[in-house]
Amino acid sequence: MLFVCALISVATTVGIVFALFLPAFEFFGEVSIVDFLTGTEWAPLFEPAHFGVLPLIAGTLLVTLIASLVAMPLGLGAAIYLSEYASPRTRGILKPALETLAGIPTIVFGYFALTFMTALLRDLGIEVDIFNTLSAGLVMGVMLMPIVASLSDDAMGAVPRDLRDGAYALGSTKVQVATRIVVPAAVSGIVASFVLAISRAVGETMIVLIAMGQQPNLTFDPREAAEAMTAFIAATGAGDVPTGSIEYKTIFAVGATLFLMTLAMNIVAIRLVRKYREVYE
Amino acid sequence: MSSRALKGGAFKALLLLSLTIGFLMLVVLLVDVFRDGLPYLDMALLTNPPSSDPDIAGARPAILATLYIGVLLLLFVVPIGVGTAVYLEEYADRTKWYNRLLEINIQNLAAVPSIVYGILGLAFLVRGLGLGRVLLAGAMILTLLVLPTVIIAAREAIRSVPDSIRQGAYALGATQWQVVSRQVLPAAIPGIATGSILALARAIGETAPLIMIGAVTYISFDPTILGPFTALPIQIYSFLRLPQEEFKLLAAASIIVLLAILLTLNAFAIWLRNRYRRTW
Repeated sequence: MLFVCALISVATTVGIVFALFLPAFEFFGEVSIVDFLTGTEWAPLFEPAHFGVLPLIAGTLLVTLIASLVAMPLGLGAAIYLSEYASPRTRGILKPALETLAGIPTIVFGYFALTFMTALLRDLGIEVDIFNTLSAGLVMGVMLMPIVASLSDDAMGAVPRDLRDGAYALGSTKVQVATRIVVPAAVSGIVASFVLAISRAVGETMIVLIAMGQQPNLTFDPREAAEAMTAFIAATGAGDVPTGSIEYKTIFAVGATLFLMTLAMNIVAIRLVRKYREVYE
Repeated sequence: MSSRALKGGAFKALLLLSLTIGFLMLVVLLVDVFRDGLPYLDMALLTNPPSSDPDIAGARPAILATLYIGVLLLLFVVPIGVGTAVYLEEYADRTKWYNRLLEINIQNLAAVPSIVYGILGLAFLVRGLGLGRVLLAGAMILTLLVLPTVIIAAREAIRSVPDSIRQGAYALGATQWQVVSRQVLPAAIPGIATGSILALARAIGETAPLIMIGAVTYISFDPTILGPFTALPIQIYSFLRLPQEEFKLLAAASIIVLLAILLTLNAFAIWLRNRYRRTW
């Protein structure tokens, strides 16, 4: 009976793999996989239809890049403060408070990007479209910062005290201990937090659907509207596309691509976390 | 001041700045939502169905559906999650390959993007099984989404029950099942409850999987388990898509309702954890 419960999570994985890859294979029976991966135009509903996924991947990568540039430095800075500077009491208050930021639903961040961040950027003199990658990326970075901070802080907490004391005994300052001893010793955990944040950014749907736009656009200008892979999936899934049609199958082709990208990153992150645990425990 | 001390101060200031930016954004976000939404936060929002007139439009069907989904989710996820956790902690032989595979599988599932669960729901529940775009399918897909979180929380709660309690029960002649059901599980209940409520809070705020199974529709009647539905986060998304500015404010008011529900759940979870925390 208990084993049956455990099997449900296995069934979920098997279900995901079959649900994604069976229709995706059918899709690649009709559209060549080379055209899919190298085509620069995504227009599945037009005549003639184009199925080049690169504009969607570019949209996803650009918004992920912007989010990473916000989340990684801020998250790492916050983690060093929590781990090396804050008193246990301050840390006990700040860390849960930071984690509430991570508990806010993504739809709320999407609202914030659309109504607040875009207006703010325009007030600052940055000419952005109503839907644009920059707002979506900046807000996503704020959303991911607590994840980076929390996991990196855990990694730094696992660095043994002896290493710090040894460095102090040699006359190091607090800055030197933090940047040359603690951060390098916790590097695999920190990198794992970065990889997990990137994976979350790639899979994030609501912010990009609401604030980044729904027009495929092969551009690296963050002020323009574009479409991310997840936004395409959600926009197409929300419509009533007939089962078995080529539009229906595009959901699974793009979904399978997304799944493989995030899976690769998650495996790397899990490996890294396991590695740093083995070293010090 | 020496240059070393100066550098130390500047470094600390920089770190504090990173932390401050995070909190500042949280405050700005809340202020923004409350400034936009408060004028529209009234009883009409809670008791009226959506409408094309923003002055009388409400989110009653969506709020009800979110409550139904919450109850169904707990009914599904707690037994399955706790069952899996008990199996892994108390019965599974770690040296067997299939048990290790099970653990890796759960870790990986926890990091699969939520929209992929939506695709699973669309392909299997809505189209494959022919369940249609119903509330039950939404609750089932959110169950699968937060199942890994509940399993991980329940495992930690079970693991924190000291072995001496198990040994004591065995010494009195209890069977393994008696040990688990009468000693280990009761002792682990606070941890399991806290984890389940936090998972519930996460599920209630999820939007993307429900979009995939067709919850973006105009629903003006109270939902049923086997009928079409829309949930509170989806209602916010639907309001945001409408062109009139007033609906954006209505979306903000609905966000306040959603945040209030989530805050209550989180506060309850923290209270449970502190009230029943036991040190062995």
